[in-house]
Amino acid sequence: MTDIKSVPAVKIEKIHKRFGQLHALKGIDLTIEQGEFFGLLGPNGAGKSTLINILAGLLKPTYGKVAIMGHDVLDAYQAARMSLGVVPQELVFDPFFNVREMLRFQAGYFGRGRENDAWVDEVIENLGLTDKAHTNMRKLSGGMKRRALIAQALVHKPPVIVLDEPTAGVDVELRQMLWAFIKKLNNDGHTIILTTHYLEEAEALCERVAMMKQGEIVALDTTANLLSKLPGKNLRLTLGQANLPSTLLPMLKNGENGIFTLALTELNQIEFALSELRKANIHVQDMQLIEADLEDVFMSLVGEQASSQNLQAGTL
Amino acid sequence: MNLIDDLISPQWRGTYTLFKKELFRFWRVAFQTVASPVLTSLLYLLIFSHVLENHVQVYEGVPYKAFLIPGLIMMSLLQNAFANSSSSLVQSKIMGSIVFVLLTPLSYVQFFIAFLAAAIIRGFLVGLSIYLVAIWFVDLSIVHPLWIFMFALLGSALLGTFGIIAGIWSDKFDQMAAFQNFVIMPLTFLSGVFYSIHSLPPFWQTVSKFNPFFYMIDGFRYGFFGQSDISPWLSFVVVLAFLLGLAWLALKMLKSGYKLRA
Repeated sequence: MTDIKSVPAVKIEKIHKRFGQLHALKGIDLTIEQGEFFGLLGPNGAGKSTLINILAGLLKPTYGKVAIMGHDVLDAYQAARMSLGVVPQELVFDPFFNVREMLRFQAGYFGRGRENDAWVDEVIENLGLTDKAHTNMRKLSGGMKRRALIAQALVHKPPVIVLDEPTAGVDVELRQMLWAFIKKLNNDGHTIILTTHYLEEAEALCERVAMMKQGEIVALDTTANLLSKLPGKNLRLTLGQANLPSTLLPMLKNGENGIFTLALTELNQIEFALSELRKANIHVQDMQLIEADLEDVFMSLVGEQASSQNLQAGTL
Repeated sequence: MNLIDDLISPQWRGTYTLFKKELFRFWRVAFQTVASPVLTSLLYLLIFSHVLENHVQVYEGVPYKAFLIPGLIMMSLLQNAFANSSSSLVQSKIMGSIVFVLLTPLSYVQFFIAFLAAAIIRGFLVGLSIYLVAIWFVDLSIVHPLWIFMFALLGSALLGTFGIIAGIWSDKFDQMAAFQNFVIMPLTFLSGVFYSIHSLPPFWQTVSKFNPFFYMIDGFRYGFFGQSDISPWLSFVVVLAFLLGLAWLALKMLKSGYKLRA
């Protein structure tokens, strides 16, 4: 008999998914251990949501196997789904019920009865929904609906929780609150799988990340290792109205509104950049040396094309 | 319902919860889902019985007003059983909330049973309400209560099942409305709700016998008057056959995940 403590939280083997001519997933292999905080990154169309939907049983793979806590999502779907809580990306809700009713129904679908009501109330309280427990789902703000969706994924106490873009479109305060809550879940022993466009989010939360591009995993490592693979730093220069000298253009990563970011492979390039600016008689208003982040790793792996299509103000 | 919650075993709690949620869903809008069809049926009763009372006598010794009531009850029962499962499914598909059920360990059979049971309850509730209001105005006998119950059960189950099929198949409200307006409505109106098929020309009598709604209404009416256009046993067999055929199709769709799990 398999020891439940030794099985991976999620095991994905050679998963392919085709939608007609579109080959959305091209042989994904991935193992996520119990207790991990795992990030799944990639631009739109990379296949993140397709993969999540296969985990959740909302899509059937064309080929390959997926197991949640050792339970195959097709052959042992009931045990697999008992082990999984999914927070969908879209703000979906049932307009007929209030928050508490909806959560109790959701727990009931998983075979949980009134003995579970105390846990439902605890989830409501932990997510700051106590004041809204008797409010109809229709009348909640977007942020509150997002909290209710997270609560719905937790009512049956699943060991593995998938959050598909949980902080998309939420304000900074709520994002911080959700981050703290998700971290607490992880500290309590839940395995967390997070898909996100926000690289900052993955960097702050995830111990390990997989980067996807066009249905394939292009990088899979700990966040620290991925960051260390790019030893370079970035030099951010504020030049006001002046343009960057042409000699520095090969180092240019991005630039707008008089702020230019140069990618450095060696620190002595700082002196080179400053001397070129002096030669051009350009006054440096401000200068910052910035560590490479996941965005840099992502851009180097996924390439300029994907990044330029999806990169918007620090998000992918 | 708390007592029932405690009595249900954990393996059936999921089915029961989905059933209860579907009941609450239509009960929250009971004016639309129960009161409205009752009122519509009573208006039919008022108008048709007023116009035709002295012109039509279908069965010996049965006033037209009394003849009309079982047909109206069954028509509303069938339409509402269909509307319950179909509208709930289409709405939750369009709004995306169907995902909350699809993510659970509920099997396709449990899903079917829960939606079907809720459709049957709504059909019965509407039918019973019309009966209770109608007997204030009309002296209505009951000759074979078991036949009444049996045809109400089979009819609401058949239309509830058809509603599940229509709900799964439809991607928008427009397609759902097409089912209601181009299939359910004509079949119910042309099934003998307002007349006996013996009053029709031979050709239309033959056509009526291809309409499953005719058997449901004729058999149901037999329970009230002990008279019908055809044997209630034949109606029972035909309705049961249609129910089993549609249930097989609905279960096949649910098992394959057709339009629910790609």
